[in-house]
Amino acid sequence: MCAKQVKKSGQDVGTTGHSWDGIEELNNPLPRWWVWVFYACIVWGIGYTIAYPAWPLINGATPGVLGASTRADVAAEIKRFDDANAPIKAKLIAADLTAIAGDEELKGFATSAGASVFKNNCAQCHGSGAAGVQGKGYPNLLDDDWLWGGDVASVHTTITHGIRNTTDPDARYSEMPKFGTDELLDETQIGSVVQYVLQISGQDHDAAAATAGATVFVENCVACHGEDGKGLRDFGAPNLTDAVWLYGGDEATLTESISKARFGVMPAWAPKLSEDEIRAVAVYVHSLGGGE
Amino acid sequence: MSNPDTQPPSLYAAREPIFPRRVKGAFRTMKWWIMAVTLGIYYLTPFIRWDRGPNLPDQAVLIDMSGRRFFFFMIEIWPHEFYFVAGLLIMAGLGLFLFTSAAGRVWCGYACPQTVWTDLYILVERWVEGDRNARIRLHRQKWDAEKIRKSAIKWSIWLLIGLATGGAWVFYFTDAPTLLVNLLNGTAHPIAYTSIGILTATTFAFGGFAREQMCIYACPWPRIQAAMMDEDTLTIGYREWRGEPRGKQNVAGNGDCIDCMACVNVCPMGIDIRNGQQLACITCGLCIDACNDMMDKIGKPRDLIGYMALTDETRERSGLPAKSVWKHVFRPRTVLYTTLWSAVGIALVVALFLRTEIDINVTPVRNPQFVTLSDGSIRNTYDLRLRNKHGEDRWFTFSATSDGLFVLGLEGEEGLKVLVPANETKTQRLYVTAPAESYAATHERTEVRLWVEDMGTEATPGTDRVHHDTLFYGKEDD
Repeated sequence: MCAKQVKKSGQDVGTTGHSWDGIEELNNPLPRWWVWVFYACIVWGIGYTIAYPAWPLINGATPGVLGASTRADVAAEIKRFDDANAPIKAKLIAADLTAIAGDEELKGFATSAGASVFKNNCAQCHGSGAAGVQGKGYPNLLDDDWLWGGDVASVHTTITHGIRNTTDPDARYSEMPKFGTDELLDETQIGSVVQYVLQISGQDHDAAAATAGATVFVENCVACHGEDGKGLRDFGAPNLTDAVWLYGGDEATLTESISKARFGVMPAWAPKLSEDEIRAVAVYVHSLGGGE
Repeated sequence: MSNPDTQPPSLYAAREPIFPRRVKGAFRTMKWWIMAVTLGIYYLTPFIRWDRGPNLPDQAVLIDMSGRRFFFFMIEIWPHEFYFVAGLLIMAGLGLFLFTSAAGRVWCGYACPQTVWTDLYILVERWVEGDRNARIRLHRQKWDAEKIRKSAIKWSIWLLIGLATGGAWVFYFTDAPTLLVNLLNGTAHPIAYTSIGILTATTFAFGGFAREQMCIYACPWPRIQAAMMDEDTLTIGYREWRGEPRGKQNVAGNGDCIDCMACVNVCPMGIDIRNGQQLACITCGLCIDACNDMMDKIGKPRDLIGYMALTDETRERSGLPAKSVWKHVFRPRTVLYTTLWSAVGIALVVALFLRTEIDINVTPVRNPQFVTLSDGSIRNTYDLRLRNKHGEDRWFTFSATSDGLFVLGLEGEEGLKVLVPANETKTQRLYVTAPAESYAATHERTEVRLWVEDMGTEATPGTDRVHHDTLFYGKEDD
């Protein structure tokens, strides 16, 4: 009874011959609209494979007569942005580095572009918040303690050429002797100079050993760290009297630093980043709170 | 058992055309007035000017989407003050509850845009094609010259009304006089033309053709109203104990209803109110006007159809007089709604007058939580969002109050003041430093309240001072 209602009225459609538990499958024709949509889809499908990249080949796929390429679309989109930013980038390159901070528009562009450059290139060592890695030798860029100078021009030079790398002849370079490993000082001397450094940085120390250490310091360390121990930026020699330590200011770490020396390396970014990117990231780093 | 010969019922029922007859009376007059006032407000509001000074728009009511501002006469709402809009929506909701519980679907019958515009479209239809009987004749007529001409005129006027409706809408979103000129010389933004096009089409279709179907099939309110109404709610009803049995006037035993069909013929929803309360009834009151007119003519008392409540029905059946209107309106329920409505309203007004013209939001920079400076002091950084709602640039100055001792500094600024442009938000980085070995520097957390003060201008001294509470993180000693 029910099956009969499905049948088109006044038309005997027969069955497919399939039968399960006495239930037969009727052979009703497809609706006309369905058939036409089906044919239209086939035609559309053939047309699509001709017009767009479709058939896989050994190296790639058929290109399609319309030459559509999402890769090219992305390239075009990137180019559109680059073209739009070209004037302000040119302005950034032409500007005097110290004058950028005074130009609201230029500073806005430089800090946001710089933030993006920083996160892509610098955050691996200096951290996404630019706080470095405490005690591991990756400098904190937020504080007011700079080894090689914290004005925007110095930051720019450091980024451009890097530090102690072998690829850039203009890289900032200095090397602290390995006083222990190379047996330049004996253990007692090292121990006493450590006490002296603890003293000048205002930490708990052995006063007698520190007095002996002062002599060792004058004979071995003042050339780079200065007579007052406040460091010299020409050599990237750190200030030993302040509260900021790249590797740590406790007795054990100081002993290790003096015995084996430290040799932190930063790559030169000039080959990898364009001048406008380097300038942008320099302005960005300078704006993070430590800029001089 | 189903009969194989019966066709399944059609899934689609064709609309029965409705030809409401012209009617005169108190409700009709009131509806004309409401139509004039509501449409007048809608079409004219964007052109009201309001002087806000040189840096702000001078349109009294303006929804500035790109600038993210809402202007309403002397009130200006910023996106973070959206709770005002939420409050207004709550008031609108409570108002709807109040009116519905007191007097039924008054919104549907008198104020709903669908009702108002449909009323206007029916008016146009009557002007062009004549009253009910003429329209029925025309409807049955073949598509001859007269029908084509009349339909074309009617549709043209409908389209013009639709165009004006869609056109008025876009004026709320940008400066109306400028946009009007731009619209006419073809230089307006495509979005304006698209919006006008869509709203013209919907007005034309809903007011001209869909009409009562919007209320019956599309609108949720007829479904919700049942929960809002009770036995004391005033609504339109037929006094069948007085009217029935309906029939010829002079036949003994017949009621007051002479079955003249006046109430049915004037109904824009195409219903018979004598069948009782029904979903399709929008309580527009036109049947009351029609019936009263007829009762006057045959010398019977008015209000065979009228506003009454369910409780009145039992009273009137037993010969008692109906309760007074005030007793229906002033009930605990309506008093409660009114109280809630007023409370929200008063709260909004108080909030409106207490809000400051400047504002500060503080996002502490927590990557890293603090920075040790070379002298051992501890510095925290906060990203501030400063809002200046004044019509001119203002200098803001900063301070902090806390149990701890702090030194403040601004990124890129020499002193402790910063210029915030008129009607804008400025982001500014603030450094808060605790001296070495101070309490805040050596404890994990210190509460700090950051203040920002409006320094004002020469002419108007700043009076606003707002604060934001946040935390300072120190370097806890091991």
